[in-house]
Amino acid sequence: MRTFPASLLKPTTIPEVQEAVLYAAPGVGDTTRVRPVAGRSKPALHHAGDGVVVDLAGLTGITEYQPDECTFTAFAGTPVAEIERRLAEHGQSLPFEPPLAGRGATIGGTVASGLNGPGRYHHGGVRDFLIGGTFVDGEGRLVRGGGKVVKNAAGFYLHHLLLGSLGRLGIFVELTFKVFPVPRAQRTLTVTCAGLGDALAALDRVRRSTTDPDAVELTPEGRVLVRIAGAADAIDARAESVAAVLGHDRATIAEPPAALSPEDAAAWWTASRDFTWLATPLAKVAVTPSRIHVLDAALAGAGATRRYGAGGEVAWVGWPGAWADLDALLVEHGLSGVALIGPAPADPMLGVRPDDAFLSRIRQTIDPRGTFRG
Amino acid sequence: MGPSDLLPAIARVLPPARIVTAAAGLAAFESDGLTTFRARPRAVVLPETGDEVIAVVRLCAEAGVPFVARGSGTSLSGGAVPHVDGIVIALNRLTRILEIDPVDRVAVVEPGVINLDVSAAAIPLGMYYAPDPSSQAICTIGGNVAFNSGGAHCFRHGMTLNHVLGLKAVLADGTLVTLGGRSLDPVGPDLVGGFVGSEGRFGIALEITLRLLPRPAGFRTVLAAYHSLEAAGDAVSRIVRSGLLPGAMEIMDHLAIQAAEAAVHAGYPLDAAAVLLVELEGEAADIDAQFVDLEALIRASGAYNVRIAQNAAERMAMWKGRKSAFSAVGRLSPDFIVQDGVVPRSRLGEALVGIEAIGRKHGIRVANVFHAGDGNLHPLILFDGRIAGAHDRAEACAAEILRLCIALGGSITGEHGVGLEKRDFLAEQYGPEDIACMKRLQQIMDPRDIANPGKVFAPVTPADAARHFAATAATAAASERVPS
Repeated sequence: MRTFPASLLKPTTIPEVQEAVLYAAPGVGDTTRVRPVAGRSKPALHHAGDGVVVDLAGLTGITEYQPDECTFTAFAGTPVAEIERRLAEHGQSLPFEPPLAGRGATIGGTVASGLNGPGRYHHGGVRDFLIGGTFVDGEGRLVRGGGKVVKNAAGFYLHHLLLGSLGRLGIFVELTFKVFPVPRAQRTLTVTCAGLGDALAALDRVRRSTTDPDAVELTPEGRVLVRIAGAADAIDARAESVAAVLGHDRATIAEPPAALSPEDAAAWWTASRDFTWLATPLAKVAVTPSRIHVLDAALAGAGATRRYGAGGEVAWVGWPGAWADLDALLVEHGLSGVALIGPAPADPMLGVRPDDAFLSRIRQTIDPRGTFRG
Repeated sequence: MGPSDLLPAIARVLPPARIVTAAAGLAAFESDGLTTFRARPRAVVLPETGDEVIAVVRLCAEAGVPFVARGSGTSLSGGAVPHVDGIVIALNRLTRILEIDPVDRVAVVEPGVINLDVSAAAIPLGMYYAPDPSSQAICTIGGNVAFNSGGAHCFRHGMTLNHVLGLKAVLADGTLVTLGGRSLDPVGPDLVGGFVGSEGRFGIALEITLRLLPRPAGFRTVLAAYHSLEAAGDAVSRIVRSGLLPGAMEIMDHLAIQAAEAAVHAGYPLDAAAVLLVELEGEAADIDAQFVDLEALIRASGAYNVRIAQNAAERMAMWKGRKSAFSAVGRLSPDFIVQDGVVPRSRLGEALVGIEAIGRKHGIRVANVFHAGDGNLHPLILFDGRIAGAHDRAEACAAEILRLCIALGGSITGEHGVGLEKRDFLAEQYGPEDIACMKRLQQIMDPRDIANPGKVFAPVTPADAARHFAATAATAAASERVPS
């Protein structure tokens, strides 16, 4: 086993990232690993082990932003909050609302962890807005996938392979996104149902309706939140439509539909993005609406805190126990998850793992000697 | 097992009626939507189930025989052109919609399902499948996945990739893989995103899980006529800057308008230098409010004629004009090449001026139809293949247009894929490390190089290059002209 004079490297340029990777890449029989970090907003992903930590917080800055193109390019270590401020000056945003922006999340970490915020429901997620990415592979090579235009069918989408790879395949250094205009007005409606079953029925009504909400969340207690966004002149009429859909089945309603005040709405969605509602370790679990009921019962039985986002396509789980127990629970339910906040397990993936027949070939392509491997 | 053992081995898996080797039966499979490339395969096989596809792929892997998966053969990049030493695996009989789940809002389909049939099955449940290539009435989901097909609604809704949640596939060596799942918010590497757009070079998708969207409550569609192409392009920039997010923004130039009108009589103004088609979609009150702004913007943008679709029939007529543009151009010219380059939207004007100059230089008429919201151009390069040298001039013109798109910071293809047609240009758009990584990935997915070989990457040896082009020359001369 080699020992390193430096176990934390802080590159500030792309060539320095390549150098850092080559410096720490394992030799024959070596088990050293390179572990990229930046904003440290998702500490459960940062199991250092015997690895060399490459801190990308210094590789920062928006390198290109053309509001008329609806695209920007930034170095991976750029804080999401900085990007959002810049976009907001031109009335634009990343519609998927990258989570943990208020806690230092960077754009590179957002892509590497494949995380989406509340806006995922309507407009799409990080995989839909990322249009290109440059990364350093396990051999220190600089590789680009995609490009800088919003539509591109040329070549293989190499950048997608690293999206959600948790830094276990390579290090993103520069990313290009498409962005959308910020809606001119928004409003959040809420209803409290008698229980989760009734809330899921309300969720289903909303999902099938033509009310076109841009964010929908629910809590296990039976609260459903629906955010609509768009033209200011239409928002009152649309709020009424949403309230009618939510309150359709009065027998199941504990508290009738009502609009949140702008302050309360902002507080809810900010808390939702930054997980300030949660004191325990956090995991993300990919679900679909039809699976929530059974999963929720199992999680409740284990003492977990839950909230369901993206219109019932994701479970945010506050997990009080050992990750291994959540891992087993998810395997039992045939679901996949990832540990995000809390103690860092050696493998942050939980439950059903990705297809190794495919993933192992990608590893052999991008990281043949396991520089980044878990 | 050697190459000559393949067909007897397949005959043990498929009945004789589903193994085509007669020249008459093979002729229909010699080319795809891009008729300039032709090659006659050794056989066409017609599996009816995923298991049969797997069996055939495994036999090909064992025998070392190339295979080309094919749906409806509508590729505009030569992506489904057969290999002269190989077989075609026609997927047209794998047409089962395995599941439509209105709660999770997904459809699980086999690769031979026609794009529009997914929506047809989902519409009774109030849902639809968003990606809408112009060929959507005939193209298949398997082909859409392989080439990451686009359509008219990509600026807002994205491409095929953005609507594929999961898939089961057989890799070129017979390995089965299951990628992704059903959730909109998955965890782990985006393996689905790595498979979509691989142009059949990794293997064949057998079951595809598609995301369905709720049908919009309404549409507002407007057709604006301009005295100049620049003014139409400028209107698009104004719309984007205004914060509106239309579902589609399409421009057609004068020549394309003439062709579309002659073909389908959509009511486009024949004297216009350009028409802009803009469509808002969404919640009823919201699009009504947005339409007030949109109409004001368009009227202020120099449009001399603005028509608003008053009902579904008028809307469909407007779209019919646009969607028929490619085939309609066949009326203007016996032959044409469709290009598919992308430029940054703000450089559309520069690109159009450049294309006009390139056409003039080569003495070639170029009609333009484009997805203006995406900067995705579709120059239609008109030529008459009966005239000596005309095809070569058209190809030279196409090559210059592709290089122009690269120079402007764009892409050689927005939605048609690289295929055979643009394989010599991929390495101009990407750097050597990028191409090397793509090639390593292809080799590791398909070590024997049997899955749709020859597509995507430029041929390494002259013999490789000759394989398709020789076949092209040999058969094109003898073949009848394919009506467009």
